[in-house]
Amino acid sequence: MLSINKASERDHLVIALNGEVDASNSVELDEVIQQAISENVAKILVDGRELEYISSAGLGVFMSYLEDFHEKEVAFVIFGLNEKILNVFHILGLDQLISIKNTREEAEKALYEA
Amino acid sequence: MKHELKLYCEKSRLAELRGFLSGVLSASGLSEIIQNQLILAVEEVCANLIIHSHDCNPLNHILLEVHINQDTIIFEIKDSGKAFNIIEYKSPEINAVIKEKRKGGLGLLLVRKIMDKIEFETEPTFNTCRLIKKLKSK
Repeated sequence: MLSINKASERDHLVIALNGEVDASNSVELDEVIQQAISENVAKILVDGRELEYISSAGLGVFMSYLEDFHEKEVAFVIFGLNEKILNVFHILGLDQLISIKNTREEAEKALYEA
Repeated sequence: MKHELKLYCEKSRLAELRGFLSGVLSASGLSEIIQNQLILAVEEVCANLIIHSHDCNPLNHILLEVHINQDTIIFEIKDSGKAFNIIEYKSPEINAVIKEKRKGGLGLLLVRKIMDKIEFETEPTFNTCRLIKKLKSK
């Protein structure tokens, strides 16, 4: 089960993920990010505190937008991942390619300083 | 100890697979991080088979056996779809995945990094993929 909540705060969009992202529902995550890009959102914060699991299908969604973020100068930061999920990002070296912070405060700081 | 699961070829069944594996592994004494890695690796192989070898046909199924031994855990995945030789498959470079904006290709890379050994055999009526994880001797 995955639920995705979107909220606008100051100049950024918060995408909160709750549950498990796998091949059955990664398209939902894809749609939310796709929509944010098409609406020219410049700062995206992913709240991963309630994310319990992610497979390559979910990781692939993030990866597939890195070029778009770069081209459109979108600041994209993920925060609050538990250690199991951080480990999965780490195995593939994605923590070197995506900005990942522990707390919301650190993440917001990174978002507005970028 | 041997555990078995018959998994029907629908993506919505992946949660059931995770539930099964988490039950099997919970008594293994492995850390939560390693348990999650193993669940992920098995799911990546099964998701691949469900989507690419079985076109998500819910009438088809995959058989998963988990053998927990003294020094290894072996996940044996049998199916009768189009044979997909995981060993011959070349995982893409991460940079290529980003450049081409691909959403796939990372799964089997994860499997390779997580497991110690991967075996693939194809017979006339079924294929077997074996994922082997060594347990650290204490």
